[in-house]
Amino acid sequence: MRLYGVVAAGGFRRFATYRVATAAGIFTNTVFGFIMAYTYIALWDERPRLGGYDVSEALTYVWLGQALLMACAMMGGGFEDELVERIRTGDIAVDLYRPVDLQLYWLAGDLGRAAFHLLGRGVAPMAFGALAFELALPGSVLTWAAFLVSVVLGVLVSFAIRFVVALSAFWLLDGAGVMQISWLAGLFFSGMMLPLNIFPGTLGEVARALPWSALLQVPADVLLGKSTGWGLAGAFAFQAGWAVALLVAGRLLQSAATRRVVVQGG
Amino acid sequence: MADTADMIEVDGVEKVFTVRRRAGLLRREKREVRAVDGISFRVARGEMVGYIGPNGAGKSTTIKMLTGILTPSGGRVRVAGIDPARERTRLARRIGVVFGQRTTLWWDLPLKDSYRLAHRMYRIPDRRFRENLDRCVELLDLAELLDVPVRQLSLGQRMRGDIAAALLHDPEVLYLDEPTIGLDVISKAKVRGFLRRLNEENGTTVLLTTHDLTDIEQLCGRVMVIDHGRLMYEGSLDGLHEAGGSERTLVVDLERELPPMVTELARTVRVEGPRQWLAFPAAQSAAPLVAALAERYPVADLSVREPEIETVIAKMYAERPAPAPDQESDPDPDPDPDPDPVPVSGG
Repeated sequence: MRLYGVVAAGGFRRFATYRVATAAGIFTNTVFGFIMAYTYIALWDERPRLGGYDVSEALTYVWLGQALLMACAMMGGGFEDELVERIRTGDIAVDLYRPVDLQLYWLAGDLGRAAFHLLGRGVAPMAFGALAFELALPGSVLTWAAFLVSVVLGVLVSFAIRFVVALSAFWLLDGAGVMQISWLAGLFFSGMMLPLNIFPGTLGEVARALPWSALLQVPADVLLGKSTGWGLAGAFAFQAGWAVALLVAGRLLQSAATRRVVVQGG
Repeated sequence: MADTADMIEVDGVEKVFTVRRRAGLLRREKREVRAVDGISFRVARGEMVGYIGPNGAGKSTTIKMLTGILTPSGGRVRVAGIDPARERTRLARRIGVVFGQRTTLWWDLPLKDSYRLAHRMYRIPDRRFRENLDRCVELLDLAELLDVPVRQLSLGQRMRGDIAAALLHDPEVLYLDEPTIGLDVISKAKVRGFLRRLNEENGTTVLLTTHDLTDIEQLCGRVMVIDHGRLMYEGSLDGLHEAGGSERTLVVDLERELPPMVTELARTVRVEGPRQWLAFPAAQSAAPLVAALAERYPVADLSVREPEIETVIAKMYAERPAPAPDQESDPDPDPDPDPDPVPVSGG
């Protein structure tokens, strides 16, 4: 277990070394936050209570999206590019002779990265947003705690999706296409563009049932106090269910990929 | 687990890859490639053996089978009594692997972080870890590099860092794939000196793949040559030179242009202005030749070139029927004393 602790710490520190990139990232998040905030204000002005949110809740949603963008890797930016590259170049073979579980190794590193991104790229944009707009942030410590649990589960789901996508490179030779589809899907179905709550009918139903909604929509509803009591338990169960299902899928893919390398030489 | 004197046992091992190729719109052609074609050898505990051959000869495939990341199609492999393909993770704790062109180090982080990772990954007892790290740091000259991010290291520094990372858990067997490729002379000497000490003091068994015959000459008592997936030669390096009738080249810079030099110890194979190339048997010392030339000719400068592995192997083929050579792959710009070299395939 200490091994994975070291890996997670390494994941945290390797992103922490790039301070200028972090500052630039915070700047970008903040600028986009302002653009989206004014767009949302216009939209909610026209259609108040859209998706069940009032204006300040909608604005909180915007800034939360910016704050979680990197932590939940909704647009990628985690380990997956590196893993795909290692598969493409064959470096993955080197990883296989080390006494370590591939999935746990990458998961530990990604959790470290997410922890850094939550602090380094999450807190500052949220603070800027709270200074410039009136946000609907909860007063209860319990709500914040529930929100953190939901974010951790969201990171797990996010990792599990990206791991499955990255492993497809074993069969596709070039993972770029799938990565792009996954990037687009993540951007839309996480609720990064617009809250999934406002989509009507079947599209909304489907979007809210897909795993990506665990990355932003679900944590946002927890923070905004929309999920309480059994609703909160349901939200956690939804995230945990997707996390387990996708992690198991990743594990199956991993053993198939390992068999393929071991027999066919990759 | 039988604790035999042989650390590595390879018996009639084969590896066949199926390569699918598009042969038309829908039709796909299946072709079998025998990367390793019935190889048998033994490496004794504490032995240092060179494993050489041209590109695509089957070296890396063999090493991969010895680490367990590739399953043999036939035959039997044992490393430290373990079947690598079946117990890859158990074997991983007892072997060290360094691939010259691939790194296991954390790219963005200081070198020492990768060692901390190895500490936990191989569950090395704290004291053992300290001792081994201190020793590697001293002998491989890493003290100044421990706090430097790996991405900022030069190739030679990174290679030394990789070698240390592969040895912290006291592996009984070390596989080295091109450990000196691309290194400068000083780094090469450091790496070789370290490997020699490691072998002498710890009795670590070393299997070394290289293109540099000097590595073999300085480190290995025995050399195995593989080509087209088959073992072509096994024995001493001198024996290989003899079997291949290989020649070293003495490059002489004269003070002025002269007709080809004449000596009974070598033959002049090329003249270009004041520079002349002389070929002499690889097993023979260069000293008497140099003395003889310096006595008779105005020598300004000279250097000795070792024969290329490709050339030595090509010469071995010349002695026996070659198994269907398919392409020319000798980009060597140096003069080749062989008037009609047999092409060596680089699959």
